[in-house]
Amino acid sequence: MAEQLNAGCARPTGGPVGEAPADTGEKQEERKEASKMVLIGRKAPDFTAPGFHQGKFVNVKLSEYLGKWVLLCFYPGDFTFV
Amino acid sequence: MSVDSMFVHKMWNDQELCRMVEGGIPFPMLSDAGGKVGKVYGVYDEEAGVETRGRFIIDPDGVIQGYEVLTPPVGRNVAESIRQVQAFQLVRESKGTQATPSGWRPGKPTLKPGPDLVGNVWKEWNTSLAFD
Repeated sequence: MAEQLNAGCARPTGGPVGEAPADTGEKQEERKEASKMVLIGRKAPDFTAPGFHQGKFVNVKLSEYLGKWVLLCFYPGDFTFV
Repeated sequence: MSVDSMFVHKMWNDQELCRMVEGGIPFPMLSDAGGKVGKVYGVYDEEAGVETRGRFIIDPDGVIQGYEVLTPPVGRNVAESIRQVQAFQLVRESKGTQATPSGWRPGKPTLKPGPDLVGNVWKEWNTSLAFD
């Protein structure tokens, strides 16, 4: 399902997919404050992200999982204890 | 998903996690450099430069049905996440004709919302059902 990635020296990155939020012209400071949660009942923002899965490096796109239930978990970092 | 690179994910899996989970982590360990995805979901802590313990349940249509966010020192309850997915699956399969009251888990009674249930939940459900 996920596209396999070749491990080069550059660190691959992903990010949100789709339309960028419109520039509303607010001041930079105001925008920093507005770190809002997504809303339940709304579409989960699509993204791509490089990752490690069963011995391979892969590039995962959330929308490839349409038709399945997904648990998306964020955590502070590898080798943290909890 | 965390801000660590996929290389660090590999080392964590190979050096430590595979000693806790036979065969290693079965799902993709995703890398979110700079917290770009975490910001969109509202779980990126700008000051700490890391993502908090956010867990999102996304249904087959790509719709977020629930989430939970914890600060770093407290771990999640995996059984509770699975219970919630089972409840959302039941509601979806019933096309919204059934609802799962507080404390529901597979095998416990569901509710069928409608005019006849108004004021009559006490006949169908009691507080002991809220607990395991």
